[in-house]
Amino acid sequence: MTARDDLLDLLVEDARHTTADLARMTDLSEDEVEAALADLEAEGVVAGYQAIVDWEKTDREVVRATVELNVTLDRETGYGDIAERIARFPQVKTLRLVSGDYDFLMEVEGSSMHDVSIFISEKVAPVPEVTQTVTHYVMTTYKDRGVALNDDDDDDRLSVSP
Amino acid sequence: MGLDISERVRSVPPSGIRKFFELAEERDDVISLGVGEPDFSAPWAARDAAIDSLERGRTSYTSNRGLLELRRAISGHVDDRYDLDYDADEEILVTTGVSEAVDATLRALVDPGDTVAVVEPAYISYVPGVVFAGGEPLRVPTREADEFKLTYEALERAGAADADLLMLCYPNNPTGAVMTGEELGPVAEFCREHDVGVLSDEIYAELQYENDHTSIATLPGMRERTVVFNGFSKAYAMTGLRLGYAMAPPEVTTAINRVHQYGMLSAPTTAQYAALEALRSCDDEVGTMVDEYDRRRRFVLSRFDEMGVDCFRARGAFYVFPEVPTDESAEAFAEGLLREEGVAMVPGDAFGDGGEGHLRVSYATGLDDLREAMRRFEAYISD
Repeated sequence: MTARDDLLDLLVEDARHTTADLARMTDLSEDEVEAALADLEAEGVVAGYQAIVDWEKTDREVVRATVELNVTLDRETGYGDIAERIARFPQVKTLRLVSGDYDFLMEVEGSSMHDVSIFISEKVAPVPEVTQTVTHYVMTTYKDRGVALNDDDDDDRLSVSP
Repeated sequence: MGLDISERVRSVPPSGIRKFFELAEERDDVISLGVGEPDFSAPWAARDAAIDSLERGRTSYTSNRGLLELRRAISGHVDDRYDLDYDADEEILVTTGVSEAVDATLRALVDPGDTVAVVEPAYISYVPGVVFAGGEPLRVPTREADEFKLTYEALERAGAADADLLMLCYPNNPTGAVMTGEELGPVAEFCREHDVGVLSDEIYAELQYENDHTSIATLPGMRERTVVFNGFSKAYAMTGLRLGYAMAPPEVTTAINRVHQYGMLSAPTTAQYAALEALRSCDDEVGTMVDEYDRRRRFVLSRFDEMGVDCFRARGAFYVFPEVPTDESAEAFAEGLLREEGVAMVPGDAFGDGGEGHLRVSYATGLDDLREAMRRFEAYISD
C-alpha cells in the first residue's frame, strides 16, 4: 500500500487526525503529509470532509428520504445532464446512477416531511425527463457511512491480561 | 489434611501481572495498555457462523482431533500462508486455545527431569507448563541488543545444548520481536546439532508488519523435530472462543491427542464452526485489523521516539517493549505510572529473564486512548 492509500484510509476512518498524528502513523514527515493532502485535494480525490451526525440524538428535526427516480433520455439529454440539473438543489445530499428497476437513487434532506414532499413534488417531479418518483422516508438510521450508530462499544476485556 | 496441594503447584508462584490487574481494577479512569488481546470483536461472519451452528443444534462433541472440515481448512491455510505442509487426518489437532495445545504437548513429550529450554521474555504460561508436566525449565534470556531475537550464542550461553526441548514464540509476546527465516537458521542448526525438539508458538504469525512469517518448521531438517502451534485468538480476534491447534508429525500428534482426548475430549464445537468460517471468508477483516495495528504501532513508536524513550522497533504482535526511562525498576515505574497517571503497562520482568528494565506496552487499544496514554506517560516522566 502506498503512503497515499494509507492517508486515504486514515482520513476515511477519521478526518480529524492531526497532521502530526498522520505523520506518526505513516512514517512520513509532517511536510510530506501536508503535501500529499494538498495533492489529494487539488486532484479532487478528497472532495470534502464531513462529520457523521446522529440527528436523532439532537433537538433538531432532520428528515431524510431515499428517492428512486426514473427518467427518459433523448438525443440531446443524457443521464449527466439530468443529474446536473437535480444535483444543484441543496436538499439533494446524494445522487447516484444505479443499475436495476430505476435510474437514479437520491438522498434528500429537509426539516419536515412536508418540506421534503413539497421539494419532490414541486422541484423534482416536474423535471421534464423525470417519469416517476418513489419516495422512502427514513425512519431510523442504524449505520451511516460505515459508522454504527447507537453502538455499545464498551471495552469489556480484562484490564490487564497476559 | 485430605487435600494437600502438590509440590509442583506450590513451586509455581502466581502470575506477576496479577498485582497490576488488581491495581487497575481499583479505579475507573485507567487507560490500560496492559491488555494481551485484540480490542476488535471477531469478524461478524465468524460470529454469525457460530450462531448458525447453535440454531442448527450443533451442540455435541466433535471428534477428538476436531471437525475434519476445519482441519482441512487449517491444512490449506497454513500451506497457503506459511508454506507448511500438514495432513488434516494425521498431523493436525484442534485444541482449546494454544494454551491447551502447549500444555498437552508438554505432558505428551516431557518425562520427569527432562529439560525444556524456554526463550525469555516469554508468555507467562510456558515455564509453569513445563513444571506441571514434571520437566525442568531452563531459561534462555534474549537481549535488547539482539532486538530480543534468539541467537545461537544465547542458546549456548544458557546451556541449552543439554535441553530436550526448546520453547519459543515469534512474533513474540511481550517484546513484539520477530525472526526472519535467515535469523531462525542458526537456531535450527543448534537444535539439529544437539538433537533438541522445538515447540514453536506462532499465534501471532499474521501480525507482522515488515516481514512475512517464516515458521521454523519449514527449515531443513526441522519439520520432524518441531511442533507448531497456532490459533484464532489473535489474528481473528477470537480469544474468548478458545480455539487453537497443534501441528506435528503423525506419531507426535497422536501422542498429544492422547492427552487431549482424556483431558479435554474435544475443543468447543461452536468455536470450531466460527473458526471454519473465519478461515473461509475473513481474510479482508484480518487485513483491516493488521493495517490498523500497524498504524498504532508506528504511532506509539514515534511518540516514544519524540519523548526520547529508548524502544527498539518491534515488528510483530501488538506490543512494543520500551526501556524504563528512569532509574526505577520496571515494577516501581509501572506502579507509579498507574497510581499517578492512570495508565497501566506491564513491567517486563513479569515475563521472565531479559524483561527487567522494560515495559510491555500493548497497542491493542483505540487510537484516542493511545494518544491520551502517551500524553500521560510524557507528563509522568517530565515531572
